[in-house]
Amino acid sequence: MIEVRNLQKSFGAQKVLNDVSFRIETGESVAIIGRSGGGKSVLLKHIIGLLQPDAGEVFIDGENIGPLNERQLLRVRRKFGMVFQGAALFDSMTVAENVAFGLRRHENLTEAEIARRVAGALEMVDLSGTENKNPAELSGGMRKRAGLARAIIYEPQIVLYDEPTTGLDPIVSDSIDKLMMRVRDTLQVTTVVVTHDMRTARRVGQRVLMLHDKKIYATGAPQAFFESPDPIVRQFVDGIADAKDLLDAKINLP
Amino acid sequence: MIFSVQNRISEWLAGLGRITLLAREAIASAFTLKFGRRDLLYQIYFIGIKSQSVVLVTGAFTGMVLAAQTYYQFHKVKMDTATLAVVSVSMCSELGPVLTALMVAGRVGASMAAEIGTMRVTEQIDALRTLATHPIDYLVVPRLLASNIALPLLTVEAMAMGIAASYFVGVHLLGIEPVYAWWNMLKYSHDSDVLIGLIKSFIYGGIIALIGCYKGMTCGVGAQGVGRATTEAVVYASITVLISNFFLTLTLEKIAVILNL
Repeated sequence: MIEVRNLQKSFGAQKVLNDVSFRIETGESVAIIGRSGGGKSVLLKHIIGLLQPDAGEVFIDGENIGPLNERQLLRVRRKFGMVFQGAALFDSMTVAENVAFGLRRHENLTEAEIARRVAGALEMVDLSGTENKNPAELSGGMRKRAGLARAIIYEPQIVLYDEPTTGLDPIVSDSIDKLMMRVRDTLQVTTVVVTHDMRTARRVGQRVLMLHDKKIYATGAPQAFFESPDPIVRQFVDGIADAKDLLDAKINLP
Repeated sequence: MIFSVQNRISEWLAGLGRITLLAREAIASAFTLKFGRRDLLYQIYFIGIKSQSVVLVTGAFTGMVLAAQTYYQFHKVKMDTATLAVVSVSMCSELGPVLTALMVAGRVGASMAAEIGTMRVTEQIDALRTLATHPIDYLVVPRLLASNIALPLLTVEAMAMGIAASYFVGVHLLGIEPVYAWWNMLKYSHDSDVLIGLIKSFIYGGIIALIGCYKGMTCGVGAQGVGRATTEAVVYASITVLISNFFLTLTLEKIAVILNL
């Protein structure tokens, strides 16, 4: 269970998050949407303790992670897997070494067992046979998949995705969406997806949270959320830059 | 103007404090043996084996020029056979450790800052943290220990190479009497000279690794940030080595006298 209470964060004079509160139940799948630069990734990094809040608290399974130091946070982070926007694969390692990283560091397994688990994780993300490739040899979509394999290999309880489909073509985005759903359903993990891709939010999220003006502006099940008449939600969902255009769009609706 | 100077001083002091905290955390982590043995071996290979050519060339040519210069001055007062003694003491306690450290700072300190800095800007350090791995355990400790191990070994090579090269220049090119020169060298060179050189190089190894890692881990965003961190790592490590060398010489020579080494 993830609970965020009254979270505030500023970078210099710029306030990014102001009094953000929400709760994500165990096993739930939530999409956090919002405009680019609106603080979605910052919020995600607070959940896993990569950033410290200026005020407010983050609870993971009832434990407040705010007072923990970097070394104490390592214990909490073993519950998490995180897929980064740019995949953040270790470029000095092969794909197999990247995927095996968590296992080698934290579990005392034989090389044969590690190889078997790596092959299993790569198969789950449809990347079988890429074990000996370097990250530089992979396409953007393949890098995201390898990042996902690395995040799920030690079977975390919570998987965080930071803009998983950004920069990918619609077909690859579709395959990543399906992959996230497969991981969610197969491993029964709590899923948090930060995205501004409405299709991803609609398909992967069982609930949608919208971050707007530094706060959680709206929340709801995908169906109800995407049919909301609220002008701010509509403007974002319909992708309309100017509020005046929203009125025109409404007028021109068939 | 005053505020600007104050800011720079407080920024410098804050940086010094952060490096000290990094050193403390890295030393504590080293004792818990959480670092990877393979990473340590690779870093020893990278810092030690791969730096040999540059260190050997530096040691050889420094020894040769020192021999030539010393000979030309000593020849005026007919002290030709003291040439190798001067070279030996200088190479062991001063030039060997300092020049080796400067060459390694240029090669390895820059590489550490660039590699870790690139990892930082591409979120690879954040990825390490999400994989429940402390960046200090994984990135800093193997580099620090490897640098502490490799620098004294490289320094010994530079010392030996410098003395051998100076013998060649002195005896075969400048015509110094080899037996007396060698005897004088042994007479005026002490174990303490070598020991002081090794202690210094051990400390310089720590300075180079800590500054290189610190600059990488705190580098700014983008290619410009990595470039600046790389330059600063080399400049700060070199200056710190040169400044600390003076104080180390005073302190270690004093201790050697007290201990009658």
